[in-house]
Amino acid sequence: MTVPHSKQGGEASVVFDAVSKRFAAAGKSAAFTALNNVSLTVARGSITGIIGRSGAGKSTLIRLVNGLEKPSSGKVLVDDVDVAALDETALRSLRRSIGMIFQHFNLLSSRTAFGNVALPLEIAGMERRAIETRVRPLLDLVGLADKRSRYPAELSGGQKQRIGIARALATEPKLLLSDEATSALDPETTQSILELLKRINAELGLTVLLITHEMEVVKAVTTDVAVIDRGEIVERGHTFDVFTHPRHETTRALLSGLPGSRLPDAVARALKPTPLADGRTVVRLTFVGPAAERPLVSQLIKSLGAEVNIIAGTIDEIGGKPYGSLVVAYGADAETLEKAQSFFLENGLVTEVLGYVA
Amino acid sequence: MSPDLLLLIGKATLDTLRMVAIAGLIGSLIGLPIGVFLATSAKGELFPAPTANRVVGLVVNAARSTPFIILVVAIIPFTRLVTGTSIGTKAAIVPLTVATIPFFARLVEAAIRDIDKGLIEAARAMGATPMQIVFKVLLAEARPALTLALTMTIVSLIGYSAMVGAVGGGGLGDLGIRYGYQRFMPDVMLVVVVVLIVLVQLVQSAGDRLARRFDKRNRKT
Repeated sequence: MTVPHSKQGGEASVVFDAVSKRFAAAGKSAAFTALNNVSLTVARGSITGIIGRSGAGKSTLIRLVNGLEKPSSGKVLVDDVDVAALDETALRSLRRSIGMIFQHFNLLSSRTAFGNVALPLEIAGMERRAIETRVRPLLDLVGLADKRSRYPAELSGGQKQRIGIARALATEPKLLLSDEATSALDPETTQSILELLKRINAELGLTVLLITHEMEVVKAVTTDVAVIDRGEIVERGHTFDVFTHPRHETTRALLSGLPGSRLPDAVARALKPTPLADGRTVVRLTFVGPAAERPLVSQLIKSLGAEVNIIAGTIDEIGGKPYGSLVVAYGADAETLEKAQSFFLENGLVTEVLGYVA
Repeated sequence: MSPDLLLLIGKATLDTLRMVAIAGLIGSLIGLPIGVFLATSAKGELFPAPTANRVVGLVVNAARSTPFIILVVAIIPFTRLVTGTSIGTKAAIVPLTVATIPFFARLVEAAIRDIDKGLIEAARAMGATPMQIVFKVLLAEARPALTLALTMTIVSLIGYSAMVGAVGGGGLGDLGIRYGYQRFMPDVMLVVVVVLIVLVQLVQSAGDRLARRFDKRNRKT
């Protein structure tokens, strides 16, 4: 199955235009604003992640795209079509062009792997023989051709999600919605599912919009990210930029969960906001792109002529670009600080003074 | 036991089977859509019709709370309208059917409500029509539970069918009352009870087996 690449840069697949969603008071629960004036563009061919804590409004946001929820105000455009303006028939045909995968897979227990992948095709009224020829390569694509006659209860979580993905791709959609698709899976399985999503995005040119509460997921696959907090988008941009220069406190808080970006507890506790006599400065260095490949630490030591100790660090790839983060400490005297400052400037390094220790 | 009596017992068994089969078939065919409607017509569901849902629910409750023996007598005019008579095995099928409908409908409702809402959402996201959701998702997924519901309905019907002897409906219950009790023939009573027990056992174990076969949720890997 080949879908022509439609990665025309900048073209929007989904546009949220000043979207708000309020849920009316029902019974004992008070009225609730799930989304407040959200504007966001999902570029065609991108893997866009929306990250936020539970209750931040992500699920509502993704459900607006295929009309499972209707906005209270504002517009959601999918390929320039206003979703809320569609009648039931038009909405159903739009939904057939959008795949969706779920946290709990939502496979029919009464159908085999094959039957589950065939379901959206049956719904679309495809003939039995055509279904057979469509489903087989999909099971191959997700690596489960040998499980076609198995029921979901006989499959592992990762296998179930692979079937979920094959099912979502059955109608050859141009957009895939992923609703916490890896949240019920262990880290290893999560990685393999994310790899599959990446492959699908690259090979089929499919736009992927995913919501998650896990920064690891955003880091591993997305090209673009939006951070949502209490119904509002607080930060958005290319994943690499948001990760390397988080501006909003929610983003920082979410990022702090990533390994390597956290200070060891002992250091974090000892950190003071002002320099201490004979103390040391704690600085986070961020290496981006080619800088990540130069021997900067040894150069730093040489140019300072002083000791530098490494407190925490990580080297990783974000949005496909190499990225390093290193927390170091060196003398807090005026001379050392000045030397360090000029070294960082010369080398174009991004630094952040985290504080001072004795 | 005389051959005449054995013949009577055989005929009564056939009568019971016929009443149960016909009432069970018609009653569950009518009860099934009513049950699906009850399970899918509340506010915000597939076929939102909250008022109709409440009305149907009330009628079902009313029918369910009427003691069967009173129902039998109360709908005699309707029975006569349908079958032309108010006594006999044929007439007895009418109240049995009427009692089956709400009983089965409530069981169907429970079976359908039990299905994970995520499956309905997934089907909606695929662009399924409400009818496709009913047939391809709800009824398909509820098949094991529906099989058990039908089994339970038939077992109840066998019990009810013993009561229609009161209005001249035939069958095992009628035989038990007239020969076993009124003529004081404990051996007839015993045979009637044993046959009923065997019937219920057969229906129950067949239903259980079928439901297990339909249920793919607990397969061993």
